[in-house]
Amino acid sequence: MVQAQHLRKTYGPTRVLDDVSLTLVAGEGVTLLGPNGTGKTTLLRILATLQRPTSGSLSIGGVDAVKVPEAVRGAVDMVGHGSWVYEDLTAIENLRFWTTLGGHDAARARLKGALESVELDTVADQRARTFSAGMKRRLALARVLLGRARLLLLDEPFTGLDRAGRKWLAEFLLAFKAQGGAVIVATHSFDAGAGVADRVSILAGGRIVLDRPAASLALDDLRRLYDELAAGPVIAS
Amino acid sequence: MRRAWIVVWKDVLSERRSKETLNALVFFALLLLFVFQFALGPDRARVEAALPGLLWIAFVLAGLLAFGRTFLVERENDCWEGLVLAPGDRSAIYLGKLAGNMLLMAMVEAALLILFALFFSLDFTAALPALALVLVLGTFGLAAVGTLFGALTAQLRARELLFPVLLLPAVVPVLLGAVTATQTVLAGQPLASASSWVTLLAAADVVYLVVGLLTFEFVLEG
Amino acid sequence: MAIRVLGWLAVLALLAGLGAAFGYAPREAVQGNVQRIMYLHVPAVLTAYLAFALVFAGSLGYLLTRRPGWDRLALAAAEPGVLFTGITIASGSIWGKPTWGTWWTWDARLTSTAVLFLVYVGYLLLRGMIDEPDRRARAAAVVGILGAANIPIVHFSVKWWRALHQPSTILGPEPSPIAAPIALALFVNWVAFTLLLFYLLAKRTEIARLEDMHAG
Repeated sequence: MVQAQHLRKTYGPTRVLDDVSLTLVAGEGVTLLGPNGTGKTTLLRILATLQRPTSGSLSIGGVDAVKVPEAVRGAVDMVGHGSWVYEDLTAIENLRFWTTLGGHDAARARLKGALESVELDTVADQRARTFSAGMKRRLALARVLLGRARLLLLDEPFTGLDRAGRKWLAEFLLAFKAQGGAVIVATHSFDAGAGVADRVSILAGGRIVLDRPAASLALDDLRRLYDELAAGPVIAS
Repeated sequence: MRRAWIVVWKDVLSERRSKETLNALVFFALLLLFVFQFALGPDRARVEAALPGLLWIAFVLAGLLAFGRTFLVERENDCWEGLVLAPGDRSAIYLGKLAGNMLLMAMVEAALLILFALFFSLDFTAALPALALVLVLGTFGLAAVGTLFGALTAQLRARELLFPVLLLPAVVPVLLGAVTATQTVLAGQPLASASSWVTLLAAADVVYLVVGLLTFEFVLEG
Repeated sequence: MAIRVLGWLAVLALLAGLGAAFGYAPREAVQGNVQRIMYLHVPAVLTAYLAFALVFAGSLGYLLTRRPGWDRLALAAAEPGVLFTGITIASGSIWGKPTWGTWWTWDARLTSTAVLFLVYVGYLLLRGMIDEPDRRARAAAVVGILGAANIPIVHFSVKWWRALHQPSTILGPEPSPIAAPIALALFVNWVAFTLLLFYLLAKRTEIARLEDMHAG
């Protein structure tokens, strides 16, 4: 489903990503661990076709995403730091905008259904300016539901959520995977993706330094490995 | 194009709720009026003689402000990436933003004409249909390039400086054509006597629109 | 190696052009020696247009292929383009002072060239403000394409505007019937400037390529 090979991204003399390779199949979830500023966001943006890699190849659903990103964009969705919410618009108006722009059916009933799924139907006609960070994230997920994404990329989705919120998000992602979608969660907290991820990858120094099935790692082992690898010497460029 | 329309709808709705841009622009137009009066002195004949130029200076200045803000709502709400990732033909977004800008400028220009008529005791009614046509043609040229360059400079640190620097030389033909045609119309002459200028304006509009449509997707990446 | 040869050819041609302009070409009857500035002014503007055509080609090439070589061509052509445009304006102005008594006239060609100058200085300013190579190339390409598409429109609008506000003058740096020696001197200088342009292009693209390699 997703095949990234030897991705490199440089900004002038700074090498942010160095020979990153990643593979996902449908229905799979990966937690991408790494301390802040190590290129997780950059990698996610490249996978989302928001940025081009300096070199390397990326194929999503069998299509070359570097050559023809337009062909791939309908299949990828991202919930990043900004949640694409227009503050002066109501929840349902936001959904109507993004859904229509994406070329999907924006019938009011459908939009309301998505709001119900994320438990925002009570505030459907409220302006998004009044929403908390968690509510905006849920609105972003409603948007994802209305699209046709097969690959969902999330950047620090669990931050700012309380226990109930985290549980809710984990259930959402599991349901997304169950329907055949692939998920990548980028985070710097090692226990955030627990329960959702089938695999764990650690990104440090611009490279993937660990890639193991989640089941094979006890939480304590993971924590130890993470501290070791993440704090380790940066690979010279 | 449904997607172009939804962009217009979204911008109109946002603007109606926040009321930021239109109010400020109309107020800016009022201030310009006073600046012109103080700069040209009390001699009404001078103002009348310079009127076509003054009108278009005002429109260009208002346009600089308006078009520079074309993607401000996307920047402020962190929605730029959403536009970049929108599947399908991105030129629909260009058309939608262009239409939104035209709507905005139409209101500002109408307000400006009314203000000019009030403060300088001018009467535009006789020339109105022809004047409206010239205004539309000229503003369209400004907006077509302004929307494109607005997107181009949207993510840059130095956008306030770079946007006017890029826009003004590019719209020189529009300025020349619009001022000359406006002069003809306000002097009571039929528009046909300035037909070559009107043709030039129309041709320029078409060229700018085509370039905008074709290149917008390259601007919207990353 | 080939670039070095090109460079020497350009120097030779420029010297030949200089000789042709001052030695070979006759003194113009009406304007006197100041008219000789035409041998600088006309080739400069022709070469500038060639340079901007290359900016257009480079811009188009990059957007279509995404190969950095095209972007380097656009950059390498824009800089001399601005230079030659500046020379055109300066030489036109220098001609204008003894002839018209003023440093600037809103003459059609001078004005068009000045607008062109502003457009491409903006182009270079834009390039200077963006660090990321792909972003910079794309943004510059869009401005380059619009700039090129605008050239005929600017030309006609300024020409018509000028015709409105002042009667057209027959007196310009170029005399109306062009005699053979004058045409030859013009031609030599034009060739010289074109060679110079290509030399600068070759050198600048090489420098740009090295800069990119070093950065990457």
